[in-house]
Amino acid sequence: MRPIAPLGRRRVVVTSCDDVGAYRVVDAADPDGPVPAAGQFYMLAAVHCWGATENERPFLPRAFSFLRADAGALRFMFEDVGPGTRRLAELTAGDELWVTGPLGEGFRAPNPSPPARRPLLAGGGIGVPPLAAWATELGTRPRALLGFRDREHAAGAAVMSDAEVTVATEDGSVGHHGLVTELLAAELARDPHAIVYSCGPPRMLEAVRALCMEHDVPAQLALEAGMACGFGACYGCVVPVRDGGYVRVCVDGPVLDADRLEPLAEDAH
Amino acid sequence: MIEFCGLQIDHPIINGSGTFDAIAARRAFGEALLADFPFSAFVSKTITLAPRAGNPPPRLWETAAGMINSIGLPNRGLAGYLEHDLPRLAALPVPLITNVMGSTEAEVAALVEAVDARPEVAAIELNVSCPNVKTGLDIGADPVSLAALVRAVRPLTRKPLIVKLTPNTADVAAVAAAAEDEGADAVSLINTLRAMALDPRGAGRTWLGGGSGGLSGPAIRHIALAQVFAVARRIAIPVVGMGGVACGAHAKDLISVGAVLVAVGTENFRDPCAGSRIAAELKSLQIAESPSSSMNAS
Repeated sequence: MRPIAPLGRRRVVVTSCDDVGAYRVVDAADPDGPVPAAGQFYMLAAVHCWGATENERPFLPRAFSFLRADAGALRFMFEDVGPGTRRLAELTAGDELWVTGPLGEGFRAPNPSPPARRPLLAGGGIGVPPLAAWATELGTRPRALLGFRDREHAAGAAVMSDAEVTVATEDGSVGHHGLVTELLAAELARDPHAIVYSCGPPRMLEAVRALCMEHDVPAQLALEAGMACGFGACYGCVVPVRDGGYVRVCVDGPVLDADRLEPLAEDAH
Repeated sequence: MIEFCGLQIDHPIINGSGTFDAIAARRAFGEALLADFPFSAFVSKTITLAPRAGNPPPRLWETAAGMINSIGLPNRGLAGYLEHDLPRLAALPVPLITNVMGSTEAEVAALVEAVDARPEVAAIELNVSCPNVKTGLDIGADPVSLAALVRAVRPLTRKPLIVKLTPNTADVAAVAAAAEDEGADAVSLINTLRAMALDPRGAGRTWLGGGSGGLSGPAIRHIALAQVFAVARRIAIPVVGMGGVACGAHAKDLISVGAVLVAVGTENFRDPCAGSRIAAELKSLQIAESPSSSMNAS
């Protein structure tokens, strides 16, 4: 049974924060929240300076999968790429956050019926948190292929403590010089009896989707989409599906089966 | 309790059409949603005769103090609404207002007749922010088109008929007066203001998949205030005011210029319980300012 969010947003306190390479890892106490399932997400907004900053942005809360959830505590990871993530990345211990969640549908375990498939995690960049949470939930130290832009970003792989990690960087400064999908292609060629769990930037996710379809390997993709609410109200976060129309990433996902999806747009958020 | 078009409701705060999906929210928040439902009446998203998938993404753009949406009215169509959505919405603990839109009088008439036949529906709201197929103008932008539409559908239902006005018109009060003259029971305003966003990569390309969209949020609150003021002065039927309401004081402002009910829209996205919060804040403000309260204070 999917964990259900308490009704409404709740005010939580940031307990610590840390730089991990290019990323900011923030812990918050969440005594009233249920234990979430890997791949679920939260809508976050700073209590102060949100909707009332110099240029009145950020205004809407932002969606983030959690990185880690222990009893009464949540961990998130941000990269400063815009007004919302900038505000979240500058939070320090004692600051307050509005939190709504956990929301959406998370990752699902491999179907136990034969053929047995090993979980294979592939992703990168700011897509690492839900994969890290999933590796922890699986508890089997799965293999994880993670792609990053450069050394500074690749330091983010350190949060993936419960998997056997192989890193690729676009500039070759750490690990494989190239794209994570090259590692994934080699891995699937070696042993196609896998189920791929993926999260990452749109272009990477699309490459993973196409590769898994080509190899006839099942894949669950944790999608990102610009969304205003996170609970199905705004209809802003849709992606096209193969049987026609759209699904909402927030309530039908964020984790969706790759074979349901149309090719993913690069800029749909 | 307050009275609105013959409906008895708990407090003056409802939702704007298309800003809260009670069915999806129940999936997200469980039965707690029904126990503490944020609104005193629930307005459905817009239902059209045929199903609509909605606009291609991207559908959203955050602005200074607001957002632009270009959702495109996705819905299951009338048959899907009656079969799938209505039984679920009927389980809500508050009266249900069903919002409908059609591009011809015949379409709107079919929608109104079908919804009128359902006892679960307490009232009908007409979304008139839809182009007239003959003139290309939004029906709600033109008092003559609007009058013709209301005249055509008014006899088809005895349920309260609310006309949701568009702010994208020269004289919203004239449109409101046309609705009143043709027998509407109430008007609601404002809908979103037509707006566009540019692709940040430049080249003057529009960002939203639907081309243009509608601006909402705090950015439009004072436009809402002006339009509700103008409409409430002009007509005698009840006015549902909305536009950028984020707290009790904002709701109080709209009530002070003539709104009977206040709808919350974009703030629901930021705070799923905005409706109940704003209702409580409004109540505290009204108690603090009531004559008996000031006597007690002295």
